[in-house]
Amino acid sequence: MSTKTNVRIVRSNKITGADVITLNILAYAFCSIIALLCLVPFVMVVSGSLSSEKAIVENGFSILPQDFSTEAYKTVFKDPIVVIRAYATTIILTVVGTGLGLVLQTMTAYVLTRKTFTWRRYFSFFFYFTMLFSGGLVPTFVLYTNTLKLSNTYFALLLPLIFSVYNLLVMKSYIQGIPESLIDAAKIDGCGEFRTLFQIVMPLVKPALATVGLFIALAYWNDWNHAMLYIKDSKMYPLQYFLYQQVNNIEGYKKLIASNMVSSEVISAVSLPTQTLKLALTVVVTGPIVLAFPLIQRYFVQGITIGAVKG
Amino acid sequence: MNTKKKGFFYHLYKYRVFLLMLLPGVAYTLLFYYYPMTGIVLAFKKYTYAGGIWGSKWNGLTNFKFFFKSGQAWRVIRNTVLYNLLFICVGTVFQIAVAVFLTEIKSRTFRKVSQSFMFLPHFISWVIVGVMAFNIFSSDYGILNRLIEALGGNKIPFYTTPSAWPGILLFFNIWKGIGYGSVMYLAAIMGVDTEIYESAAIDGANVFQRIIHVTIPSIMPTVVILFLLSIGGIFRGNFDMFYNLVGSNGLLYGYTDVIDTLAFRALISSNDFGMSSAIGFMQSVMCFITVILANKLVSLYDRDYTLF
Repeated sequence: MSTKTNVRIVRSNKITGADVITLNILAYAFCSIIALLCLVPFVMVVSGSLSSEKAIVENGFSILPQDFSTEAYKTVFKDPIVVIRAYATTIILTVVGTGLGLVLQTMTAYVLTRKTFTWRRYFSFFFYFTMLFSGGLVPTFVLYTNTLKLSNTYFALLLPLIFSVYNLLVMKSYIQGIPESLIDAAKIDGCGEFRTLFQIVMPLVKPALATVGLFIALAYWNDWNHAMLYIKDSKMYPLQYFLYQQVNNIEGYKKLIASNMVSSEVISAVSLPTQTLKLALTVVVTGPIVLAFPLIQRYFVQGITIGAVKG
Repeated sequence: MNTKKKGFFYHLYKYRVFLLMLLPGVAYTLLFYYYPMTGIVLAFKKYTYAGGIWGSKWNGLTNFKFFFKSGQAWRVIRNTVLYNLLFICVGTVFQIAVAVFLTEIKSRTFRKVSQSFMFLPHFISWVIVGVMAFNIFSSDYGILNRLIEALGGNKIPFYTTPSAWPGILLFFNIWKGIGYGSVMYLAAIMGVDTEIYESAAIDGANVFQRIIHVTIPSIMPTVVILFLLSIGGIFRGNFDMFYNLVGSNGLLYGYTDVIDTLAFRALISSNDFGMSSAIGFMQSVMCFITVILANKLVSLYDRDYTLF
């Protein structure tokens, strides 16, 4: 997005009257307040996780850490295998799902933009119609659990997010931006459709691959309700559902940690932190996405402006 | 007739590579979107695991009778629609305000940093928002109650006070969507012809007049279209949000239960496939009608932005 032109116009406005000053005060104040409100809950989670359990129980949560302590993190990593397992599940699902999803979506979008393919309108409608009508929760649940018997398999987590018509539309808009003559030239040089797609089109829509890839990856990373519907085995939980389970059943989690401790250092599960432990787990789960955030934000901005209206 | 048939097979052969490329996407869509559509007949059946969608016995309107007799039908429909209207209207105002103010700010660094902060909530799951909500609103440990007490007030037990929840849910809905939502309006403002600003300045308009008479009318098409498109989903409750913020706290259902959470509970907690599919059937039909209507309105407004 080029923000420069407008800004220059605003700047070249030499009249710095009372109205400009008032507006500036308003704009800075409003945006600062909103931005801070967006940030504060994150700060609170981190601060809480670095506070001592005693301080939280006595004083409640605060914006800054109270009685600094890393006890909660030590507890999380006493038995790191459960966290690592959930991490591995989510990472593998995200990588596989994003890779397959991208190929699937790009290939479909490519065909739907080919002008020489006169049936493309019928197929486009075939895909769009799913945005108008859906079977809903129960039929989908029956399909996964009864017809396909996918309960307690990783397919139940992989399949629901691999293909979305919304992403297809975003991809289509990008591919439509490629000059038709380039594709015609590839054809004349003897490229088949697959070769045109993979060697001509895909390199030209790299920003689209990044954007749609990140949309898909974020959906996998933040997915929790498919695990709630289809996964019963706690060893198979992906990260977010693992967090959901532990936060809502923190006593059970504490017992799990205590049960894995060597007898010489057994503390009763009750003495382990509760509130701070929840927050430390939240930080461990959220950390990577917040750290990666500055790198991926701009691709999202691009994707939203292209896709949102058509979505 | 003959030539037409020939034409079909001719095309089938001619398009064989295109069709091969479409095959995975089409197969997926048929299995995971179209096949479940046929499953809406379950709303009129008594589901058994052995029978599945097709083998289960018909039972007429019994499922619907249960749904309406339970007294929850009107409540969840009302909650879903009212929450969505609230989210759409207030959310749009906030997103436009952020977009307008951000473009007026001269410091590039400030713009970038504040926009990044506003975008951050979009990237986390509602599970984490649920944890954050507890940090703020919990009776014993919540920062808000600490603040109220420090100011000399009495603690408000938010998790047992249903009437507080429209406000709380609205807050988190705006909170999570403001960065994402304002991007569209920012782009629209960037697209405004700068000559209009210049002539407004020459005509002696002050900055507020410029915003009200140039910026806002210029982005109105975007506003109207996004508004209509979101109206299309007015019968769809945000399950992730309601489930993670309210959970299974029955005390709050009067104010917080939406179609999606009720359908989920009927299915998972009480294993009542009949009632859940009756709710789902009604929702699918209502969504279909509103999407068609919204799309019709969009097409009257600007043909380029219709879905089909």
